[in-house]
Amino acid sequence: MNGCAITVAGANLMALGSGALWWPQERILTVSDLHLGKSERIARRGGAMLPPFDTEETLRRLEAEIDALDPDQVICLGDSFDDLLAADAIAQEARPRLAILQAGRDWVWVEGNHDPGPVDFGGTHLREVHHGPLTFRHIAEQATGEVSGHYHPKARIVLRGRPIVRSCFVFDEHRLILPAFGTYTGGLWTSHAAISGLVGKGAQVVLTGKVATRLPMPR
Amino acid sequence: MSALPQIFDDWFASRGWTLHPHQEEMYSGRENAAQLLVAPTGGGKTLAGFLPTLAELADGTHRGLHTLYISPLKALAADIKRNLMTPIVDMALPIRVEDRTGDTSAHAKRRQRADPPHILLTTPESLALMVSYPDSDRIFKGLSRVIVDEIHALSESKRGDQLMLALSRLQALCPGLRRVGLSATVEDVPAMGRYLAAHPASPQIIHADPGPAPDIAMLRTAELPPWSGGGAAYAIPAILEEVKRHRTTLIFHNTRAQAEIFFHNLWLANDEALPIGIHHGSLSREQRAKVEMAMTEGRLRAIVCTGSLDLGIDWGDVDLVIQVGAPKNVKRLVQRIGRANHRYNAPSKARLVPANRFEVVECVAALDAMRAGELDGERPDRGPRDVLCQHILVRACVGPFEARDLYEEVRTAGHYADLTCAEFDNCLDFVATGGYALRAYDQWQRLKEIAPQTYQLRDPRAATRIRMNLGTIMDTDTLKVRLRGRRGGAPLGEVEEGFAATLTPGDTFLIGGEVVRYEGLREMTVEVSRNPTKKPKVATFMGTKFATSTQLSHRILDMFEARDFARLPEHTADWLRLQAQVSQLPVRNRLLIESFPHDGREQLCVYGFAGRNAMQTLGLMLTKRMEEEGLAPMGFVTTDYALLIWGLDAVTDPAPLLDRAALMAGFDRWLAGNAVMKRTFKTSATIAGLIERNLPGLRKSGRQATISSDLLYDVLTKHDPDHLMLDITREEATKGLVDFGRIEEMLDRVEGVDFVRLERVTPLAAPLFLEVGRVPVHGEAEERLLASQAAEALVVAGLT
Repeated sequence: MNGCAITVAGANLMALGSGALWWPQERILTVSDLHLGKSERIARRGGAMLPPFDTEETLRRLEAEIDALDPDQVICLGDSFDDLLAADAIAQEARPRLAILQAGRDWVWVEGNHDPGPVDFGGTHLREVHHGPLTFRHIAEQATGEVSGHYHPKARIVLRGRPIVRSCFVFDEHRLILPAFGTYTGGLWTSHAAISGLVGKGAQVVLTGKVATRLPMPR
Repeated sequence: MSALPQIFDDWFASRGWTLHPHQEEMYSGRENAAQLLVAPTGGGKTLAGFLPTLAELADGTHRGLHTLYISPLKALAADIKRNLMTPIVDMALPIRVEDRTGDTSAHAKRRQRADPPHILLTTPESLALMVSYPDSDRIFKGLSRVIVDEIHALSESKRGDQLMLALSRLQALCPGLRRVGLSATVEDVPAMGRYLAAHPASPQIIHADPGPAPDIAMLRTAELPPWSGGGAAYAIPAILEEVKRHRTTLIFHNTRAQAEIFFHNLWLANDEALPIGIHHGSLSREQRAKVEMAMTEGRLRAIVCTGSLDLGIDWGDVDLVIQVGAPKNVKRLVQRIGRANHRYNAPSKARLVPANRFEVVECVAALDAMRAGELDGERPDRGPRDVLCQHILVRACVGPFEARDLYEEVRTAGHYADLTCAEFDNCLDFVATGGYALRAYDQWQRLKEIAPQTYQLRDPRAATRIRMNLGTIMDTDTLKVRLRGRRGGAPLGEVEEGFAATLTPGDTFLIGGEVVRYEGLREMTVEVSRNPTKKPKVATFMGTKFATSTQLSHRILDMFEARDFARLPEHTADWLRLQAQVSQLPVRNRLLIESFPHDGREQLCVYGFAGRNAMQTLGLMLTKRMEEEGLAPMGFVTTDYALLIWGLDAVTDPAPLLDRAALMAGFDRWLAGNAVMKRTFKTSATIAGLIERNLPGLRKSGRQATISSDLLYDVLTKHDPDHLMLDITREEATKGLVDFGRIEEMLDRVEGVDFVRLERVTPLAAPLFLEVGRVPVHGEAEERLLASQAAEALVVAGLT
């Protein structure tokens, strides 16, 4: 498995290279900020006509994770849809594929700032999920045991003068911020106060990519 | 005789002037639909261009805009305004002149739209904006003449295409519009004329007397030029002597980085505290304005500068031009030399200062070419379609339009004359619907077809968003540099994002002639502190790099082949003889490849002499082939003449790597996946409106909401490989950064490979180890490096 073992609030987790979070002991898979329907929303608002393949790409990557891990529960950690109208717009494309993914397992849509209401895609809609020592919510409130998304963290690492930029997990012993799993998502540097202010001195990142890599958090 | 109004004749007489023949010709031919004036800088070009306008406006009867003047530089517009005011004030002409650039206040712009001046001085970008307004027909009512200054500079860039498309719009609004182009000496004058005139009209071409031959030579220095590097620090004492002997000296550099380093060193050696300034495009506007002012007032003895001073701004009494570093192309050299001595009929004086020994060779070749009167102009022949897409958006901002009308209109722009109907329709479809094979946006098109073949913006509010993203100059990759703790203050300048990413806190570098210490990156700003005592540790930041022209490369190779070292200084000749002794000298019909270990890695050096961009492409292609062959390349660096690849394993037989058929076969496949394509895609997609640089309200929130262009590229390549944007990217990359034509030129002239295996670095290869702009190969090596560095860092941080 391409991932790094990390411990947050006593829970042993795997931060995967794909950007998904796997909790082996509880068989819970968490993905954040899917932003399904993003290209549709931008087009609707008079912006650029982006390649309309983002939903397809994001679902394909999610399917690959679910096929590989066969989780008992999937938590989509908010901003799963770029907005509620986008959710309707992509329903035809996404509903059958989501139905297959949801079959035989528990599925939770945690609400985010982009999708603050129920959507018509099966599964349960919750503001947050409490499980053992962990709380899953979209925007961090700096509580212990918190697993959140929202900020789309990305890190810049310089390898002997060679800069690379990757989206990443940010964590310390008390809390964890997930990278965006969606295909069309920008990011926020880990050095930004909104992220660096949430984690303690010993904070680390796990870079996503072909080989998930753990590093001290660039500030 | 001149049919000028009497008041003009009196004015000329009072100043003791007579009209130059070309000024007279421009005036008598003023009714032509297009006039192209080819004249050296200082030949009274501006007056020649404006004389008909001043005469036509002299009686005070014209209402509204009469003449639009367009220049590539904001500063040029301000300069021209100053020059125009002299005759206007002297003769008390009832003429209102204003400029309109990115620096003009919103208030002034609104006023100009409501009540345009007689003469408006502007840039291509500001014109594109004006043309996009729904009331553009009212703004430009009465417009009679348009003057395009420095048209030779504009014609080489997409800004020129943007301008010509805007002019096609103006021509439709004002059918009697007369076009005037002012150009420096160019190779192909008729082609420049076709570029200027509304197709298919042909312009009147007027040549000014080129004046006496310039006094130009290499600068003699006591010190020898170094083996490598671009600073030319060795020449500083000699250059200071020249500065003392002249009134005002312009010291040109090819890159901003070199200008910075040179200025720093010059300042350290400037014992007499001569007033010397620096001017380049990465400095803040305030800094540049200060230098420009000091120059105009004649307070500076020398200005260290780059291409930002290339154009014909008349800033004082320049009597010497010094070119530091090889000029790379003869035309640019001629134009820079023209900056000295603006008094007509006095020879301009210039000195070349090669920065290293290879450039000595290049300078000698350039001087030869100049004396032979060979200019090397390579101009794009077909208008780029990304700029056309942007123009369609501009047209849509005005209001509803008929597709066939717009097609006919854009074809009056010379570079678009042979645009096919199908090509136009593809661009229109892309702008309207995104142009995807999968019709996903039926409901949300950007343009709506309101009647057959008639289009308008679906959401009129989108116009604001489109206007925010107009332009063809890409500056998205630069970061502002500010002093830490002074977030509100003026920035010191800008550096490229790629350069900023290589900095670690504590690194020092040069900007605006001072050494600063990198403190950190805060959002999208580089924070620095002043560090006056230390020598800069990080030598440079990146800048534009010109490629040496084909013609100059050939001259150098011929010089090598003939062992014709007579005009070279002894030190340089010795260096080349040593190369010939240790290895070989490259020649036109053989490709020299050297292989040697250095710095703990295996090095491969290919002397292709195809110019920087093509050598870069060759580097990408060769490293790809090496990766396939399991030779673990780690990166490469290029100059105009050579390519250096380093890796874990030695190449023992390079011929199969360079096999023409294999290279060609792999080219398309290779092209799709490489970094240059992604960079080109980013530029073209931004120009065409697929990527929006500026979004309303985003700057405030500070969040980076833009989607990675690399990602869009990957998604498009995978799901819609025939999409217009990819087609445009391929076309742009092949003729631009990829410069595949020059690789073919190299393969054509080379009859065989000379492979030399050596124990150590050769004289000719040594300079490559100091080149900046090393390109990493993203292969397995990167993952290995990352893993080892991560392990180290965790240990250091005590986090294992």
